[in-house]
Amino acid sequence: MTSVALAARQVFYEQRSFWRNPPAAVFTFVFPILFLFLFNLVFGARRVTLATGHEVPGSVFYVPAIAAFSLITACFTNVAMGIAIARDRGILKRMRGTPLPGWAYLTGRIGSATAIALLLVAIVAAVGKLVYDTPLPTNTLPGLVTTLVVGAASFAALGVAVTAAIRDADAAPAVVNAVILPLVFISDVLIPLEDPPRWIVAVGYVFPVRHLSEAMQTVFDPLQAGAGLEWGHLGVVAAWGLAGAAAALRFFAWEPRR
Amino acid sequence: MLAAMSEPAVVARGLRKRYGEVEALRGIDLTVARGEIFALLGPNGAGKTTAVEILEGHRTRSSGDVSVLGMDPERGGTRLRERIGIVLQETGVDPYLTAREAVSMFRGYYPRPRETDEVLEAVGLADRADERITRLSGGQRRRLDVALALVGDPEVLFLDEPTTGFDPSARRGAWRMIRSLRSGGTTIFLTTHYMEEAQELADRAAILAGGRIVAEGKPEELTRGGDTTRIRYRGSPPPFAPQASVSGGMVEISTSDAVRDLHRLTAWALEAGEALDGLEVRPRSLEDVYLQLTGEGA
Repeated sequence: MTSVALAARQVFYEQRSFWRNPPAAVFTFVFPILFLFLFNLVFGARRVTLATGHEVPGSVFYVPAIAAFSLITACFTNVAMGIAIARDRGILKRMRGTPLPGWAYLTGRIGSATAIALLLVAIVAAVGKLVYDTPLPTNTLPGLVTTLVVGAASFAALGVAVTAAIRDADAAPAVVNAVILPLVFISDVLIPLEDPPRWIVAVGYVFPVRHLSEAMQTVFDPLQAGAGLEWGHLGVVAAWGLAGAAAALRFFAWEPRR
Repeated sequence: MLAAMSEPAVVARGLRKRYGEVEALRGIDLTVARGEIFALLGPNGAGKTTAVEILEGHRTRSSGDVSVLGMDPERGGTRLRERIGIVLQETGVDPYLTAREAVSMFRGYYPRPRETDEVLEAVGLADRADERITRLSGGQRRRLDVALALVGDPEVLFLDEPTTGFDPSARRGAWRMIRSLRSGGTTIFLTTHYMEEAQELADRAAILAGGRIVAEGKPEELTRGGDTTRIRYRGSPPPFAPQASVSGGMVEISTSDAVRDLHRLTAWALEAGEALDGLEVRPRSLEDVYLQLTGEGA
């Protein structure tokens, strides 16, 4: 089998395993959709100004925001925790002793995470359309596809990189959440910040979460005329992704750290 | 091809491994011929796992030459890993797959694999094949470890403490399986701290202690020479045997002249009214040699 076929085969086995682990599947799917309903319930009536400058109903803000959050959960949080746990269980070390190339194994995990992210974004967009009458991003399809590809690849690379900072399976949720949750809160993803301190906004713009969220807002903005391609935001996300890939190449460990 | 088959499966010369200030391996030499079962014995912390993981390519060495199937495991990469099978001491597998799925997943990594069902049969998991791995017992998981190492039809199989934690009947089952692999031509390199395992299985064994090989040979050669017989009973030691050791009321005499010493012992016992409770006469075992050499005995 070619290495590419092997990587594709790994995606299949990772998917099979994912759907057999109900807590993980529930956590990944239920939380973002629950958040979509909850935040709409609480903040949906407010009018919100999108990154594009257009003022829209709260629900039109929450569809892209939760789409970005879903992608981050699936590609960053799940990839980092999954790899840290697999390493702790000795699965990575065993894989290392087979002829399967290391990149093919990691590509399998990332490919599986990306498939989950795409499904989640599709569900979020569908719920937005059916329940909140948020238009589907048909005009901005090129922007949607590019944002999903760049976002999934970059956050997955960062997810792989962050495993270098995780000691064992017990530490995985703490480390991963400590990295991602503060960023989510200062990045206009869950709660549209009203008159936040300037430095918080500045810090948010250093990291990729806010850029992904704004790229997604453009894609889902019904008043957006163009293809929805936010090259500036996507460039920052991609730069973080490349830095993550470089850090992963340098620091990634296959052996349990005990 | 014939030349390739006659070259040793594993060779190590002057192999050293240093972890900071600690020298785990202090220059070991090993040769494992094709098709034999080789056991590396030693107490915990002797360096067995370090040695076997260097041979597997999981660790780098500090100095010395190592070759597995003619390749340096540090640089053999995919080409070497296609031809070896590894059972690590501690290892994991995706718990949500079934045993059969895990074996067929691994099967895809190898150019000339064995059949999934045949491998599951060989390790005795055929009737548990469709069970999720989460529902397998510890011993069954260990057998799955072996199945995953076997499915690539390896020429050399490394087993790091394959039967630790097994009950006696499971251990005998594992031995049967390992012997049947050898009859199929597989070279087996195993580490163990069970002397019985080495004595039962190994064509050749080496004893590793303090980072050095302190003895090497066929199990029957290792037990030959010196005091070849052990005499044990409960009671007090006889006056003629100053070498007798007493612990917990048990007297043990090792001797190279069993006929003379037994004769003197029974004569003395008859006169002194010693019962020689639980009298036992047995050949020196690998364990005796091991305890002597590793300094764990006496």
